[in-house]
Amino acid sequence: MNVSILISGFGGQGVLFTGKFLAYEGLLENKEVTWLPSYGPEMRGGTASCSVIISDTPIGSPLVPHPDVLIAMNLPSLDRFEDAVVPGGAIFYDSSLIDREVRRTDVRAFGIPATKTASDKGFPTLANMIVMGKMLKELALFPDEAIDHTIAKVVSAKHQNLLELNKQAIQLGYGM
Amino acid sequence: MADKVLMKGNEALAEAAIMAGCRHYFGYPITPQTEVAAYLAKRMPKVGGTFLQAESEIAAINMVIGVASAGKRVMTSSSSPGISLKSEGLSYLAGCDLPALVVNVQRGGPGLGGIQPSQSDYFHATRGAGHGDFHMLVLAPASVQEMASLVFKGFDLADKYRMTAMILADGTMGQMMEPVSLDMGEVKQYDKSWAVTGTKGARPHNIVNSLSLLPEELEQWNLKRYEKYAEIEKNEVMYDSFMAEDADVIVVSFGVGARVARNAIVEARAKGIKAGLIRPITLWPFPKQALKAAAAHAKAFVSVELSMGQMIEDIELSIRCFRPVLLCRRVGGMIPTPEEVLAKIEEADKTGGNEA
Repeated sequence: MNVSILISGFGGQGVLFTGKFLAYEGLLENKEVTWLPSYGPEMRGGTASCSVIISDTPIGSPLVPHPDVLIAMNLPSLDRFEDAVVPGGAIFYDSSLIDREVRRTDVRAFGIPATKTASDKGFPTLANMIVMGKMLKELALFPDEAIDHTIAKVVSAKHQNLLELNKQAIQLGYGM
Repeated sequence: MADKVLMKGNEALAEAAIMAGCRHYFGYPITPQTEVAAYLAKRMPKVGGTFLQAESEIAAINMVIGVASAGKRVMTSSSSPGISLKSEGLSYLAGCDLPALVVNVQRGGPGLGGIQPSQSDYFHATRGAGHGDFHMLVLAPASVQEMASLVFKGFDLADKYRMTAMILADGTMGQMMEPVSLDMGEVKQYDKSWAVTGTKGARPHNIVNSLSLLPEELEQWNLKRYEKYAEIEKNEVMYDSFMAEDADVIVVSFGVGARVARNAIVEARAKGIKAGLIRPITLWPFPKQALKAAAAHAKAFVSVELSMGQMIEDIELSIRCFRPVLLCRRVGGMIPTPEEVLAKIEEADKTGGNEA
């Protein structure tokens, strides 16, 4: 396995957390992983992003200029990174917030009404986990049983009340 | 793998300092190293240590001088503009022969510059950290694991030689997360009978001081310090190499630059170009001998830097300009891409050797 993932969205959409989940998943599966956030003024209101690489072999550069997988949580993210995805790659995007189709024809595109679904279900901040659930299913990067284990590890002690909701959100995406 | 945890470089560095027995940290927040202070603000009180946010970088480095004089392990950290402010203190630490660990998670400059990664404090760290003749041990991590292990090593070297060790990282190393093992081994103890801890009437005074108005005496202090530096240059050089043994083109790079270069070297090899990497881990002492030896079989070198070209001077000095050295650089917070490094490797492979 050698997959590079770029996750991008508004600050507050859980972009960094989604990346952290994937990195942890890789670590628990004994893979090499890197997680690199964008840092700086863009995090405060603008677009935040993070790059994750999961690999069977030691990772050189942690930068991801051309991702295999793009998760776009808002329109500026899709506009900015759509063309960067490698041919044959995959784009997962929140179709409740992005009112256009993916223009590329040489990638697999998955529109998920994540923000709307999350709001309807009563956990509006977990749209990221719905998109990630869909991604985990489509790409089959990890065994199904590993996912619950990882989420228990990544959700911090003081947010344990959100653990079940996170699991539900991932399952929702997984079933879409 | 079970013992590995996912941590940011800045956090791994801070935890390693605690494991190395550092119980005193003085700092002032600045991007991209603020997590060091944030982490230690939480951790230090739990291990009975002192975390103190000073009123300025200058105050922090002078507090470091105080604790170091008392023979305790002490650390401060900052990023480029903050390190400039600490320069006077770095010179005083050298003049007093005090052990300390100073961390620079570099950002683009000069001036306030930006907040994205840079390596443009190479000259500052290896040449001119302050006034007077002195060196610091300069360690350059290229992974989160090394952010931790080189802190541990840095404290050891600082105590062993009674001098400042600097961790010269870049914003990428501070901000990225990678799996890290915090199994650092045992903390070595060093003789600190020179420390100013109070005589209790039982011994003559120890004096920690950098002032001497007798030129004959001050000259001797300097000469003695440089004997120590010569010993370090002989014994403490650290570097890593990747596919360098048979390489026609040797890429020299450290920190995030070396990570990018590794990708380019793999691609170059796939194209049939014999490229390899020598990654200095100690920037001072610089791995001169390793480069000189490589110059015997390589036809050209490529220096990959996040600066206008600073380390390239050390490469040229090390190989006595015996082979051409090409420069691949980005500045201002930009990072060279593997494609840019590969293009330089190809150029070096084509033109290399012609000037030699």
